[in-house]
Amino acid sequence: MDVLVFLIPVSLFLGGLGLAAFFWALRSRQFDDPEGDSRRILTKDYDDKPKR
Amino acid sequence: MSLVDASSACPGCAVAPSAKAIAAREASDNGPASIQLSLPTIHCAGCISGVERGLAGAPGVRDARVNLTLKRVSISADPGVTAEALVGRLEALGYEAHELDSDALAASEADPEGRFLTMCLAVAFFANMNVMLLSVAVWSGAEAATRDLFHWISAAITIPTVMFSGQPFYRSAMAALRGGRLNMDVPISLAIILAVALSLWETSLSGHHAYFDAALSLTFFLLLGRYLDHMTRASARSAAQELAALEVPRAVRLGAKGEETVRVSELVIGERVLVRPGGRVPVDGRVVEGASELDRSLMTGESLPVFAGPDSTVHAGEVNLTGPLTVEVAAAGQETALHRIADLVAVAESGRANYNSLADRAARAYAPVVHLLALAAFLVWMWISGGDGRLSLNIAVATLIITCPCAMGLAVPAVTTAASGRLFRKGLLIKSGTALERLAEVDTVVFDKTGTLTTGLPEPDALGDHERGDLEVALALAAGSQHPLAVSLAGALREAGVKPAKLSDLSEVPGYGIEARHHGNLVRLGRASWVGADPITRTATYLSINGQAPVAFGFTDTLRPGAEAAIHAFREAGLRILLVSGDAAAAVRAFAARIGIDDVHAEVAPEGKAALVSDLTARGAKVLMVGDGLNDTAALAAAHVSLSPATALDAARVASDIVALGRDFSALGDAQATAVRARARIQENFAISTVYNVVAVPIALLGFATPLAAALAMSISSITVSLNALRVR
Repeated sequence: MDVLVFLIPVSLFLGGLGLAAFFWALRSRQFDDPEGDSRRILTKDYDDKPKR
Repeated sequence: MSLVDASSACPGCAVAPSAKAIAAREASDNGPASIQLSLPTIHCAGCISGVERGLAGAPGVRDARVNLTLKRVSISADPGVTAEALVGRLEALGYEAHELDSDALAASEADPEGRFLTMCLAVAFFANMNVMLLSVAVWSGAEAATRDLFHWISAAITIPTVMFSGQPFYRSAMAALRGGRLNMDVPISLAIILAVALSLWETSLSGHHAYFDAALSLTFFLLLGRYLDHMTRASARSAAQELAALEVPRAVRLGAKGEETVRVSELVIGERVLVRPGGRVPVDGRVVEGASELDRSLMTGESLPVFAGPDSTVHAGEVNLTGPLTVEVAAAGQETALHRIADLVAVAESGRANYNSLADRAARAYAPVVHLLALAAFLVWMWISGGDGRLSLNIAVATLIITCPCAMGLAVPAVTTAASGRLFRKGLLIKSGTALERLAEVDTVVFDKTGTLTTGLPEPDALGDHERGDLEVALALAAGSQHPLAVSLAGALREAGVKPAKLSDLSEVPGYGIEARHHGNLVRLGRASWVGADPITRTATYLSINGQAPVAFGFTDTLRPGAEAAIHAFREAGLRILLVSGDAAAAVRAFAARIGIDDVHAEVAPEGKAALVSDLTARGAKVLMVGDGLNDTAALAAAHVSLSPATALDAARVASDIVALGRDFSALGDAQATAVRARARIQENFAISTVYNVVAVPIALLGFATPLAAALAMSISSITVSLNALRVR
């Protein structure tokens, strides 16, 4: 059971990483236009650099 | 309190939020101008790049970004670039575009509350998953040191999460307690805090049962309900704000430098503004120059245009029909009659806030019972166990958790979200949270006529009664004017296959009509007094051909599409239907007979409409008011629930709970049916929660409830309630 000492912190850290990624996405306004973003990937206009 | 203070660096901004907006606008005067356009027709990836490329090629445009979800484009451009030029460019490319007032939109852009709720929800979800997994280990038989370790880790995750994510509940509960009331959030907050405190105590005594997972799933499910509720309201609010933003308040000022377009808020009393034909009068004032006709239907309900010449008084909101008018400003912006009435509406509306929603009523009955039960369980078990505080507290907290209105918190928002979504797809915007519940209670419908049941565009009738020669001259004359009656007449004649007569010297006399020469004879089409005719009782325009008796072309109102279907549906549902109009009695009677309404009130003043609605209400009727004009706003505010079309005056839209976005009214009957069904679902949901409590409470009271049972019961009831809500769609 000693492995728990590593396992639990590691799993919490990975979960926290996911939470942090969600916060980053929320703060960088990635949920402002879900419909538009899903269509933008279909055009070649932004292949080199995503539009800000 | 410190949180509130810290969030705003400038205390003035908190008091007057617009101060920030004004400061931002002044600061941006020299920087790039930001322009927002509404693009109602875009729908695909091709549209996005079409619009963005089209705008990127326009001179002075620095950047353009389309938001397909909101169907808008935000443009950052050099200061000189005007929205009109960009609208023209997009329309040439085939995209319909309308300018949006960025100031009116500024408030909807930032939705701090929605963002905060999303954060709380995300944190609660993350913590709940982790603690649940740790609990699985405990439930499957972890013992002694391992169990304690898992409990301590759960505590370490739960305590900060509950402190952060529970804030919406604690705030609302504190506000209720300070006001000496009980709401649903009081038992919620108490259950969360007590569950965590007891679990911590149990853990420190290395006990078997800890309720960390229960406290977290409680927080998560209730936040989900709160989040759904907020998002439904936020999307309705932003759509309503977009409607308001479509009307950019601008005026053409005649200054020393000639004509210039300015914001209405910059006008000063005594200045002169030019109102072009087809434009809405921006201010209250006096006509100095020019002659025209004014459409007052939005203000008074009269369908007949009135004459305006020098020294006539005009009011903001009226539409100028034929000739340009120069108006001396007597009042602008917040001082106009239009705005004063809108303010009155805001006052009247606050009365409706006293409406007790189903959720409030349930909470009022429920909260005290829950607290008394938990307290009773504690006292009885103290007595039975002979003073075992730990056991008694465990049972009291289990009771509190199990009875916590988790399913009740979801019961209303889940249903209103599903029902509002369904109605939104049919073009109805539900602005108020309780509008659906109130709509379900309606037993009387009061309709306004002009602009509501009619589109305000009259169409000529009995054209076959006129001589061919008259019709040909009338078409040739009418084709030369932008007056709505002339446009409608010309359209109907062309459709009937009439060829225009050859005329010479065609000229429009603003405010009177249009005249020309036909084979050397003077021919005129216009007002009765001008052509020398005896006016008939209906809306009409008159044609005189030199030497002959004038002919009258009568008009009838055009029915709004779907109006008959809506009235039929309301009648099927057993509602009483009334028609109330400020228009002349003859016109209203004829219209009512056509559409099949018996209960008619004509020539009613605005106060009369409101009085009629209050009178019906006093006699116990629940009134749905449907109207569009300024003369309807007081009645809209006084009614139990109110609806207005998107073409309605801003003040009327503000006063109504529901806005019909399309031209079609046929969804109205369905809206009422949906509301009734939604109310039935809400009541079912309450019944489900009650049944679940009736089963679960005895188990908790007898001391058999374990954290596993609590978690299972809570999840199952929440999912049942949500699934039931989806049946409304």
